[in-house]
Amino acid sequence: MNPRAGFWRRLSRMRVATAGLAVFVVILAGSLCAGFFASAPPNEINLDAALARPSLHHPFGTDPFGRDVLSRVLYGARISLGVGFLARTISLVIGLFLGALAGYFGGRIDSILMRLADITFAYPTLLLLIAIIAVVSPGMVSLFVTLGVVGWASVARLVRAQVLSVKEREYVQAARASGASHPAILFRHIVPQCLAPVFVVYTLGLGMTIMAEASLSFLGLGVQPPAPSWGGMISSGIAFLRTAPWLTFFPGLFLTLTVCSLNLIGDGIRDALNPRLAPAFAKSMIVAAGRAADAAEGSR
Amino acid sequence: MRTFVLKRLLLLVPILLGVATLTFVLMYIVPGDPVRAIAGERYDEETLVRMRAELGLDRPLVVQYVDFLGRLARFDLGDSFVTRRPVTEGIRERFPRTLVLALSAMAIAIVCGIAIGVLAAWGAHPVLSRILMTVSLVGVSMPVFWLGLLLIYLFAIKLRVLPPSGYGGGSIRNLILPALTLSFASMATIARVTRSGFIDALGEDYVRTARAKGLGERVILSKHVMRNALIPVLTIVGADFGSYLSGSVLTESIFGWPGLGRFVVQAILKRDFPVIQGAVLFMAVLFVLVNLAIDLSYGAIDPRIRSEGGER
Repeated sequence: MNPRAGFWRRLSRMRVATAGLAVFVVILAGSLCAGFFASAPPNEINLDAALARPSLHHPFGTDPFGRDVLSRVLYGARISLGVGFLARTISLVIGLFLGALAGYFGGRIDSILMRLADITFAYPTLLLLIAIIAVVSPGMVSLFVTLGVVGWASVARLVRAQVLSVKEREYVQAARASGASHPAILFRHIVPQCLAPVFVVYTLGLGMTIMAEASLSFLGLGVQPPAPSWGGMISSGIAFLRTAPWLTFFPGLFLTLTVCSLNLIGDGIRDALNPRLAPAFAKSMIVAAGRAADAAEGSR
Repeated sequence: MRTFVLKRLLLLVPILLGVATLTFVLMYIVPGDPVRAIAGERYDEETLVRMRAELGLDRPLVVQYVDFLGRLARFDLGDSFVTRRPVTEGIRERFPRTLVLALSAMAIAIVCGIAIGVLAAWGAHPVLSRILMTVSLVGVSMPVFWLGLLLIYLFAIKLRVLPPSGYGGGSIRNLILPALTLSFASMATIARVTRSGFIDALGEDYVRTARAKGLGERVILSKHVMRNALIPVLTIVGADFGSYLSGSVLTESIFGWPGLGRFVVQAILKRDFPVIQGAVLFMAVLFVLVNLAIDLSYGAIDPRIRSEGGER
């Protein structure tokens, strides 16, 4: 039987991952069809309806400008997901390229790139993001570029390890013997073999990236108002926590559901690719294995 | 073991140097002209030139870099643009408060996380353990700042049992909500890892051997199961340290806790670059050192890592 069918079967058998996928699809659909669900555009000000409680007309209530919170939450999903996907794709491209180079050529390129990765890992992620965005001006573009660039290191490390394990295989040696060029060997024969775990890291990182985006927007360093972003909406809801808690509640709920569903999907894909590992324990083992590998590497 | 420790310590040098360099690069190259940020709106060319000379920003980059490293070696992070006070002074004043918050959160996370994990692994109460695991599943994905606001809403606004924010001279009542907020994600992870570690360890051969030897259930749990189930927990605690530092930035700004995280956020609002960079550098170095400590203790607990790292 084709192994990919086994993957999908295993994935669909995981009820939790399937539930995550379902929730994510609903959120995605809601954001894509935001115009259909929302009673008003996200930035339409209507001071007569300011701070209205959740009702049939405004299911999530309205904010101090009378803007429909549901509408802003749904359009905010577009921003969160969009920034998340863009940033992860940037990380993926940079990480894939540099990680492949490091693993394939080894030597000085490898040690320079991996020390760079170590330095990136030396910062708690949010703090590095804050330090960078505080000096470049905050905004949507600097947001996803920074998120993308900062995320390169984990992808690169993973790809490097994969390349190392694949590059001595027989078919690679055959390609080399038949005179294929380095780029051809690397990107046609080796990299495609490394993509499955990269896909897992992409999905798992997506949740974290969306969370980071929301945290930065919450601190005023991300998406700038009046563009609706979940982090920004929660932040501006603080002043009305006592009188209008729905301003903070709904964007946070959607943020939590999105991140949670992406994490579940990522866990599910990982387990479906590697059925021997049990979910939560696997995470700790991956961390432990990473540490052990670092320790071993440091001795060289 | 000694070579292992030595090699880890040696590896520290390039990383710390790299962190310092990256921070320098951020501070001096990206902002374009920090002098304009200090001078604010009302500046003329003359003042700019004078201030640039005062701050030594007119010197070649290499000279500035060497000077920066030299000052770092003497624990000098420069002066705040706003208050003109040394950044290190600000850090020294605020760091203990962040430490109190982070350590309380860590204690809550470890104690409650392990307790929840063990309770769920036991499965004596299937409904309860399912609820606990669902909550911890969601808990990992909950944004700190949102959770903090929910807790404020519940305990400070609705129930009125705890103060919504503030330092309150460091009283326990003011510490509870921020510490709980900061601990939550880590608690959830610890609970999940403890549970699966426990379940795995219970199925191991050495547990069966211990049972066959006729050891009491309590001895088996404490001596055989616990020890093996908790090794991954140590890793999680270490790996989560960064999230305590990052989380403190968000938690402290919600709860008005005057620690290092709020220091950074306020500096961002005032575009006070030396404070941002200094505090971030301080936390990064702290993070590196804690990770080193975790690695070393890991080597002490698990001899396999030690030999792998030490003998080559």
